[in-house]
Amino acid sequence: MPPNPADLVAQALTGNRLALARLLTLVESQTDSAIEALNLIFPATGNAHRVGITGAPGTGKSSLTNKLAQTVRRRGETAAILAVDPSSPFTGGAILGDRIRMRECAGDPGVFIRSMASRGALGGLSLTTNAAAEVLDGVGFDWILVETVGTGQAEVEIASLAHTVIVVEAPGLGDEIQAIKAGILEIADLILVNKADQPGALRTESALMAAFHAAERPAYRHHSDIDQSGIIPPTSKDGWSIPILRTNAIDGEGVDAVLARVLEHRTFLQESGQWQAKETQRMQHAFEQSLRHALYTAWHDALPGDAYDDLLRQLNNRAISPQQLARQTVQAWLTGSKSESNRHIS
Amino acid sequence: MTERKIRVLIAKPGLDGHDRGAKVIARALRDAGMEVIYTGLRQSPEMIAEAALQEDVDAVGLSILSGAHMTLVPRVLELLRANQQGDVPVFVGGIIPEADIPALQTMGVAEVFGPGSFTSTVAEAVRRVVEARSTTP
Repeated sequence: MPPNPADLVAQALTGNRLALARLLTLVESQTDSAIEALNLIFPATGNAHRVGITGAPGTGKSSLTNKLAQTVRRRGETAAILAVDPSSPFTGGAILGDRIRMRECAGDPGVFIRSMASRGALGGLSLTTNAAAEVLDGVGFDWILVETVGTGQAEVEIASLAHTVIVVEAPGLGDEIQAIKAGILEIADLILVNKADQPGALRTESALMAAFHAAERPAYRHHSDIDQSGIIPPTSKDGWSIPILRTNAIDGEGVDAVLARVLEHRTFLQESGQWQAKETQRMQHAFEQSLRHALYTAWHDALPGDAYDDLLRQLNNRAISPQQLARQTVQAWLTGSKSESNRHIS
Repeated sequence: MTERKIRVLIAKPGLDGHDRGAKVIARALRDAGMEVIYTGLRQSPEMIAEAALQEDVDAVGLSILSGAHMTLVPRVLELLRANQQGDVPVFVGGIIPEADIPALQTMGVAEVFGPGSFTSTVAEAVRRVVEARSTTP
């Protein structure tokens, strides 16, 4: 029986966890009921701090997310975790295995963990991850920790969803050329060298630091230049100095320092006005994504019978290029709907 | 894009450390187009019920090779019912003596799969039971 969106939202807002879980399923379905539910919960959103955790497969994102949730809990605040893993491009199936590293959160009513499959989206999240975060924000979680798919170099979608992006690196994944490439490191607000007890951690850290300092000062520095705390402020991003921190997430080492820096980042964003700017950007991004989807659906639904197959046939005959076909089709659609609305007026 | 994906929790309750079967089944269900939440070894019934709730799963698969199935399975079923998820079908796999299967089914287990079961049989059974449940009001 399809659940009634209004009932689900009302129950979830009172703290009913089953209703919350079902609401998340509904939102993932991208149906009209999902849009209705999101609209009902939207006025209650806007209070959570959204933290994105990203990095290559196996760097320790899930372990870090687990410890970060527990550190937040010790402050008396609540945390929801959205953990995204990839869907198979062939079968649509997925193994969602992030909970394996999060068992310490079990039994804690202040933590809610939800696994999501990417369902064909390529940016490291699924199309509905933002909507799921809205639901968790709306029901009152103080923190939303979003763990992305294990990323390559360019899965930067998380930057449009999170207030703070943590990029998790680990020893042995590349030299400083990797560190100066465009892409994932550019979206970092914090960079962690996780598995800091393993060989090569210092080399990874110094490669990252050299890369981040390269634009500002000579890469070779005397060791006495290094701040005794072990934290060197590297290149800044819009006035925020991006810290490079060493952690060992599996036993929680360094995670308190990570949360302290995330809180500093929050203060920085709020005082500089960037928090509000990020909120606006995120809503704009969600609006535009939905608009594209809605326009496409409206166009497709308005097509008579086998008109779509006719379009494809034109392509197969190489009578027209896909680009030109798209432009013509939209123009024809707009002219058609204009004359139709004129008919209504006259 | 409105097709409801089947979400299945694969869990290993209790203390045995043999997770090969659970992983094979997780992989087979993945290849059958399902989303499989895999939670790893040594889960308590409480942890399993909590994961089933948070993940809003359509089915739960328990893999048990320790012989403790007559203790662990009823506890999981009881906790699912307490969470108003008593209608979520539960499958059991592993080393289950023939003699215990009727009792497990009476408790509410949908099906029991022992060694030698074809993974395709398991995937078909999960799909059949889940789809039957979603069409009944």
